[in-house]
Amino acid sequence: MTGPDKPAPPSVTSAPEVLIDVRDVHYAIDGRAIFDGINLNVRRGRITGIMGPSGTGKTTLLRLMTAQALPDSGKVFAWGQDLATLTSKQVYAVRKRMGMLFQNGALLTDIDVFENVAFPVREHTDLPEALVRTLVLTKLQAVGLRGAAQLMPAELSGGMARRVALARAIVMDPELLIYDEPFVGLDPISRGMIVRLIRQMNQALGITSIVVSHDVLELASIAHDSYLLSGGKVVAAGTPQELNESSLDVVRQFMEGSAEGPVPFHYPAPDYETELLAVEDP
Amino acid sequence: MSAALADSPWTRSLRKLGAVAVFMVRLLAQCGPALARPRLIVNQIYNAGSRSLVIIMLSGLFVGMVLALQGFELLQRFGSEEALGTAAALALLKELGPVITALLFAGRAGTSLTSEIGLMGATDQLTAMEMMAVDPLRYVAAPRFLGGVIAMPLLAAVFSVIGLFGAQLIGVHLMGVDRGSFWSQMQSAIDLKDVVEGVTKSVVFGFACSLVAVYEGYYSEPTAAGVGLATTRTVVASSVLILLLDYVLTAGFL
Repeated sequence: MTGPDKPAPPSVTSAPEVLIDVRDVHYAIDGRAIFDGINLNVRRGRITGIMGPSGTGKTTLLRLMTAQALPDSGKVFAWGQDLATLTSKQVYAVRKRMGMLFQNGALLTDIDVFENVAFPVREHTDLPEALVRTLVLTKLQAVGLRGAAQLMPAELSGGMARRVALARAIVMDPELLIYDEPFVGLDPISRGMIVRLIRQMNQALGITSIVVSHDVLELASIAHDSYLLSGGKVVAAGTPQELNESSLDVVRQFMEGSAEGPVPFHYPAPDYETELLAVEDP
Repeated sequence: MSAALADSPWTRSLRKLGAVAVFMVRLLAQCGPALARPRLIVNQIYNAGSRSLVIIMLSGLFVGMVLALQGFELLQRFGSEEALGTAAALALLKELGPVITALLFAGRAGTSLTSEIGLMGATDQLTAMEMMAVDPLRYVAAPRFLGGVIAMPLLAAVFSVIGLFGAQLIGVHLMGVDRGSFWSQMQSAIDLKDVVEGVTKSVVFGFACSLVAVYEGYYSEPTAAGVGLATTRTVVASSVLILLLDYVLTAGFL
């Protein structure tokens, strides 16, 4: 389903429909289960939203999708290739087809904005300087920061840093863009800009996108498909509207931002009164 | 293996030694490709070398001056004050130059390398490189490692030269040792072998200090406390390693 303002996903007929396929993945960190049989897929040309309360492993899921971590069991396929079976060279080849926008931008702090955006181009191609310059300025213009090309990352606001990181993520024209919490800590104007840019990247360039966020409204306005994670599983999947209309308690709690529900507000602790009374006299 | 044995300090130390060895092999494998971008290495020689110059020169001057005072006092007892130049030069070239330079390097440049790389990890810059299909070992670690290995012998040479100047300042101008004897005895007593020993030591120390600093930064916990601890470990491990290697190398050159 697509809302009134939502871009229609570009139609693609030639390549396989599913770019990323996560199948029955189990993953634990230090013995603590993060995923307990998770299944989801990312389809070509669409914006896929991954939502969930803090600490549900959304960023860990991105690490699994990009082969930064391997599942304990189950499989993650990218463009039909099982990531666990690839050599590091093959993993790099897969990553060249992806661009990733980190939560904090992750710009290289010792080089300026222009060089940050030019970084992947210089590392992976031998293009003449004039062409590199044109390419970088084109991408910076797309995110509205051509005028900031000579600034250092420390001179940028949070929103600007994220837009520069977006320019860097798209400079090699990836097929898949991954956004990790792109709206966190931004003022409403910067937030709106990022939402518009994500939509433009999908509409104008046909880039498949994965957006990990807990900002329900922003995500609902751009995502074609949504997954809600909780307790190491996908608890709901569908269009944002389908999630909105779900009667499941966990989905209702998340969509309405309620403190009461299956996701507890309090971290597990002994009885409050007992603990208070157990304090010894000085 | 029992759980107690698996968690014993010896096992942990061995495991860490193995991890450093594996890291070293991976790092050395990336040094060749890193040479293709000499600008990055030159930047790191500047960062680790030029920025340490003031502290190295000041320390060299005072060490040379103290050496002259103590040496004069000792040699005077045997009536051979003219040998002060030789004694100062041998001590600076073979021992004090490489060792003190390396200790200062570990404190000044080593900590800077560790915290810089550690913070790059904590702010996702290393992961971002991985995601751009660029190996951080090649782009971040190898140039810093090579920069340290190249800068150390140059700094040790500067230390020794300034130290000799300091020794001459005190020995000749304050204590009244004959200037001609000071320099001519030094010239006739110092062999190329002595210089080679000093240079070899400083290259080995540069290798060890840079490896430790880069390793600790690369694998530091991505938190403020983690980076702080890694920086401390760099100074402690480098200092102990320098003194241990110094003994081994000195014994080897005898």
